[in-house]
Amino acid sequence: MSDLVLTAPILEETRQHIEKQLVEAGVHTVLLIDEAGNVIASSGRDLDKLDTTALAALAAANFGATAQIAKLIGEDDFSLLFHKGKRDSIHFSKVGDKFILVTVFGDDVSLGLVRLRVAEVAKTIEKVFGIEKV
Amino acid sequence: MALIDLSRREIHCKIVYYGPGRCGKTTNLIYIYNAMGDKTRGKMLTIETKGDRTLFFDLLPLNLGKVKGFDIRIQLYTVPGQTIYEATRKLVLKGVDGIVFVADSLKVRQTKNKESLEDLKKNLQAYALDIMEIPVILQYNKRDLVNSPIPTLTIDELQQDLNQELQTTYFEAAAVKGIGVFETLKEISKRTVRYVAQKHLLGK
Ligand SMILES: Nc1nc2c(ncn2[C@@H]2O[C@H](COP(=O)(O)OP(=O)(O)OP(=O)(O)O)[C@@H](O)[C@H]2O)c(=O)[nH]1
Ligand SMILES: [Mg+2]
Repeated sequence: MSDLVLTAPILEETRQHIEKQLVEAGVHTVLLIDEAGNVIASSGRDLDKLDTTALAALAAANFGATAQIAKLIGEDDFSLLFHKGKRDSIHFSKVGDKFILVTVFGDDVSLGLVRLRVAEVAKTIEKVFGIEKV
Repeated sequence: MALIDLSRREIHCKIVYYGPGRCGKTTNLIYIYNAMGDKTRGKMLTIETKGDRTLFFDLLPLNLGKVKGFDIRIQLYTVPGQTIYEATRKLVLKGVDGIVFVADSLKVRQTKNKESLEDLKKNLQAYALDIMEIPVILQYNKRDLVNSPIPTLTIDELQQDLNQELQTTYFEAAAVKGIGVFETLKEISKRTVRYVAQKHLLGK
């Protein structure tokens, strides 16, 4: 696995897409993380109240564990995960094969909208990072 | 897989404490956590089963100050040492930049130490990492038991078992008492940051 070098323009563009597509649609928090559990970019209103380091580490581990479970039952991968809470829900989606987009949102935002927007953001992020699938 | 953020001037590295079950990996992190001030340490996260055994991992984020104008952020992880958690150990190793192999000085753990080192090599290979290339140091833990009636391994025996091929630095430790804990941390941090920086920042 190669190291990741982030530059200001890449980060800024990523953040703008996340803000426009997801934060403006009403989600609380969005984290872009890598498979090792590093936070690459974060956006949203509850960032200071949230332990993003722990969330990123757990999300990466959770995703990795689920991918192994998928293999055990003969699936390639689960490309997205969704956990529903009483008030807030969390959605994990793969971006390229290295990144995971974590979205936290309340019951005022529909899962359908989140899915749609996450898929769009994932595509643009893949472009920004040059990891477009061929 | 280190993360180098040129816009915030931060380097993030992942250091994993590896070793057999009950060798003292979590104890190292707890000691570091308790000894460090709030400014340098983040929240410690542990996922354990009943009775203190690590189920998935422990995580302790540290802020080690500046090197060449870059903020150094280190994430210390431990793996679950028990043999059955092989799949989880492999997951925790994902993106590792430096490793502390903690060996247990108890004589009854001699085989477990060797098995765990083999397991580490195998798991690194799965990520196309070479144990001879990535920063690795050894910690011979529980040296406080050497003068007790419990049979322990000598340093020579540990060296023979674990450090023949690696030829790396080792530290004697008694993690419960904090002996050797910071020496180990300092050395692995130094090597890991140097390793990452050499790849990306120097020579440019
Ligand atoms: N005497 C002595 N006991 C130690 C030392 N370090 C750890 N222990 C004890 O060994 C036991 C296991 O320590 P842990 O740190 O939980 O071991 P671990 O490597 O995290 O174990 P797993 O999570 O199962 O992989 C605990 O009861 C510790 O108190 C040491 O230096 N000396
Ligand atoms: Mg443990």
